[in-house]
Amino acid sequence: MLHLILFLFFGAICVAGAVNLLVQSHPINSALSLIVVMASLAAEYLLLGAEFVAAVQVIVYAGAIMVLFLITIMLLNAGKEERTQGSRVATLIGVPGLTIGAVLVAWTLVGRLSTTRSVSIGALWGAPKDIARLLFRDFLLPFEVTSVLILIAIMGAVVLASRPEAIARRQYSGPRPQETRELVATGKDH
Amino acid sequence: MTPNPYLWLVPILPLAGAAINGFFGRRSSKNAITAIALGFCGLAFFLAVVIAVRFSPASAPYYFNLAHWIRSGSFQVDFSFYLDQLSLVMLLVVTGVGFLIHIYSVGYMWDDDGYYRFMAYLNLFMFFMLTLVLAKNYLVMFIGWEGVGLASYLLIGFWFIKDSAAAAGKKAFIVNRIGDFGFLIALFLMIKHFGTLDFTHVFAAVQTLPTETAGAGLLTAIGLLLMVGAAGKSAQIPLYVWLPDAMEGPTPVSALIHAATMVTAGVYMVARSSAIFDRAPMAMMVVAIVGTLTALFAATIGIAQTDIKKVLAYSTVSQLGYMFMACGVGAFSAGIFHLMTHAFFKGLLFLAAGSVIHGIGGEQDMRKMGGLRVYMPVTFLTMSIATFTIAGFPPLAAFFSKDEILWKAYSSPNGSWVYWLIGVITAFITSFYMFRLWFLTFFGDYRGAIAHDSHDPSRAGAPATHGHGHSHGDPHESPWVMLGPLVILAILSVVGGWIGIGGRFEHFLAPVFQSGAAAELAHETAGEAAGKGTETLLMLISVTAAVLGLLLAWTLYLRRPQLPARIAASLGTLYEAVSHKYYIDELYAVLFVKPLIDGSTTILWHGVDQGVIDAAVNDSADAARHVSDNVRHMQSGNLRSYAGWVAAGGAVVIAYMVWMGVR
Amino acid sequence: MVPLSYYLVLSGILFVCGVLGFLIKRNIITIFMSIELMLNGVNLSFVAFAAQWHALSGQVFVFFVMVVAAAEAAVGLAIIIAVYRTRETLNVDQVNLLKL
Repeated sequence: MLHLILFLFFGAICVAGAVNLLVQSHPINSALSLIVVMASLAAEYLLLGAEFVAAVQVIVYAGAIMVLFLITIMLLNAGKEERTQGSRVATLIGVPGLTIGAVLVAWTLVGRLSTTRSVSIGALWGAPKDIARLLFRDFLLPFEVTSVLILIAIMGAVVLASRPEAIARRQYSGPRPQETRELVATGKDH
Repeated sequence: MTPNPYLWLVPILPLAGAAINGFFGRRSSKNAITAIALGFCGLAFFLAVVIAVRFSPASAPYYFNLAHWIRSGSFQVDFSFYLDQLSLVMLLVVTGVGFLIHIYSVGYMWDDDGYYRFMAYLNLFMFFMLTLVLAKNYLVMFIGWEGVGLASYLLIGFWFIKDSAAAAGKKAFIVNRIGDFGFLIALFLMIKHFGTLDFTHVFAAVQTLPTETAGAGLLTAIGLLLMVGAAGKSAQIPLYVWLPDAMEGPTPVSALIHAATMVTAGVYMVARSSAIFDRAPMAMMVVAIVGTLTALFAATIGIAQTDIKKVLAYSTVSQLGYMFMACGVGAFSAGIFHLMTHAFFKGLLFLAAGSVIHGIGGEQDMRKMGGLRVYMPVTFLTMSIATFTIAGFPPLAAFFSKDEILWKAYSSPNGSWVYWLIGVITAFITSFYMFRLWFLTFFGDYRGAIAHDSHDPSRAGAPATHGHGHSHGDPHESPWVMLGPLVILAILSVVGGWIGIGGRFEHFLAPVFQSGAAAELAHETAGEAAGKGTETLLMLISVTAAVLGLLLAWTLYLRRPQLPARIAASLGTLYEAVSHKYYIDELYAVLFVKPLIDGSTTILWHGVDQGVIDAAVNDSADAARHVSDNVRHMQSGNLRSYAGWVAAGGAVVIAYMVWMGVR
Repeated sequence: MVPLSYYLVLSGILFVCGVLGFLIKRNIITIFMSIELMLNGVNLSFVAFAAQWHALSGQVFVFFVMVVAAAEAAVGLAIIIAVYRTRETLNVDQVNLLKL
């Protein structure tokens, strides 16, 4: 019973945060809503007994990735969204397609409602020791590969985000940012 | 059958010459081209003579398998060559007369820009013709058959810049194709019923079938269809219309292809298929009727022609009619005999006509000739021999061969006196128009336009030498490179018939036509019963006919030259019809050519080619363009529309999976 | 005792919200955040199934998903910064030079 109440409570917070992300016009508000979603998801993980994953969710997702998002939003000084001409395809084809897909999935799930087993509260069986055993024994190769992946991501991010003058001046022959701004402002960029 | 490993060389040598001249001739000197062409052709002739010398009737026939060709189940056809007495005769005629005409062409075509092309085409023709006569099965013969048609087209339209020459070449090839269609159907029938196209196997199978006296059967069908092919190639009714037009080609071409060799291919083919015809009397009768009618018909047209080459062309058609008449009454060896002598005298006639035309600067209208015997004595002498030969005067060659045909037409079991009578009348007409030609060309006063040029002061700067290719000056004799072959052919026209005295030629060819040997034997005894007297009487009648023709021509064209015009005027429309070839060409144009061209234009060109094929291609291209035009809007560069498409696609996949799961 | 399907429904709602955000929003950073939302929804369903079948590999997979999400977020934001430098805008509708 308690399980159900806790699930519904945190679930409601989750959904509210997701909807708020959609509704808000300023990206900073959306980012903060997303943090709320992640926190509630961490609680849901605990309800499912996955303590390590919950901890990682809070530390990595909410603590690192969302902070990165916030830094970027503040760095770029993104303002409220302007109303520009949207994509007709997205609204006319994407949204109906999405609804159809969602309805189908829901219908399948509802049809299987009776056959799924229940999940018990707090049978905290996702201990770090067990996960570590899996991670470093059975999934050692993917683990190492992901470390290489992160290395590549770091290098890529550094290169992409650095100022053009930091790259060897001879390599870069495109327009300077100042010139680009002028080109964009006058609309003569193609 | 004994193998002879040199048989395949005879056709291949001219082919090599044609290839060398064809590929390298444009940049070679004329001497080199001449050496190559004459060398390879002469080598083929030399080889033919060697083969003839070594020929022994006891080990005949010879054969040689060059290579496999078709192996399809039990049906097989190979590139094989065959030599028996019949092929040997044809081989010698083709290589001998061909070689002489090659030599003549060196002189005639020397100044032409396309000299190398001409010599290459001549060699190519020799290759195809030799393939035809040396073939061991109908399919290799058909290669040669089609090939000589091709060479004929190339050579008739040699001066292709002239519209009339190109049209004549086209006409020859197309009319030939109509005949080839009949030939092909006959081949298909043979394949279906005999399972083979090899001569020995087909004739062996035919021997087992009974003679079809009761009506039409398989052999009659094959025989009639083969006759259709022969009618196309050898210019018989109704497919003769291409031969007079073929005179657009250079005169050596007319001599070689349209007198001596190619047009005789039909006769050779009918003679080769004698086993089939012997067992299909109805087909033989059709052959005889067609030949006889053609002989008479063409001779009547020849009376009124004014172009010297056209007269000779219709004469060729008429003489070919004689050969078919002979084959049609079962006298195949007589037909081949006449083929041989005809090659000599008709070749000579054409070459001499070419010499005349060359000597008076290109004029071909006989009304503008006359009195040329003074200017061209050697040409005059040789052409006279040929004219007397074709009229049938003894002891020249055609007397023996034509007489043989007329006698067999009268006395053979398949013959009748009707054939003989028409043959004699045609002989009279032949003699008449040939002597008309003779008198108009060589006697009387010279009526040409250029006789006074030598006194024209404006010609003072003209070259003093009588070189070739100039069109002014007096009529002159041709160079010896052209006169040499004339002399040789004249000698052959004189002595060529003596080989048939006493039936030696017939006896030589007898093993080839052995299935008809029984009929021959029966007829010979019948002939002896009818008596040598009848034969001598008929011989006298035909000689009389020849003399009458000479007298009539002498009267009309030498003694009283104003008579022909008056006779023509009094005959009115009849004369008009004859001189316009009975309007047959116009009839064909209305009946066949125009509907075909109109139908092709409307249905095939506008309807199918433009409407269906072009439309299909263009419309599919248009459709592709429209589709991509519409699809490209999908790539808008807009991130959100991409996401929209992905969502829609995902929905489709989910729907499919749910549907599969539900099923 | 909460049936598994409830967790799946919640996961589905999160995913749908993520896709809707991707389709509707115009700010590139918000779109990125919608992607993260989608990933989180998927993570939840992974953990739920892991709990159902008592298979820890589900949680290990979630771990890897988070790693990839982190890498992707880092590189993606770097790209956004680079695009902002040249295009002076965060509106995704104006970054359409690749149109045909």
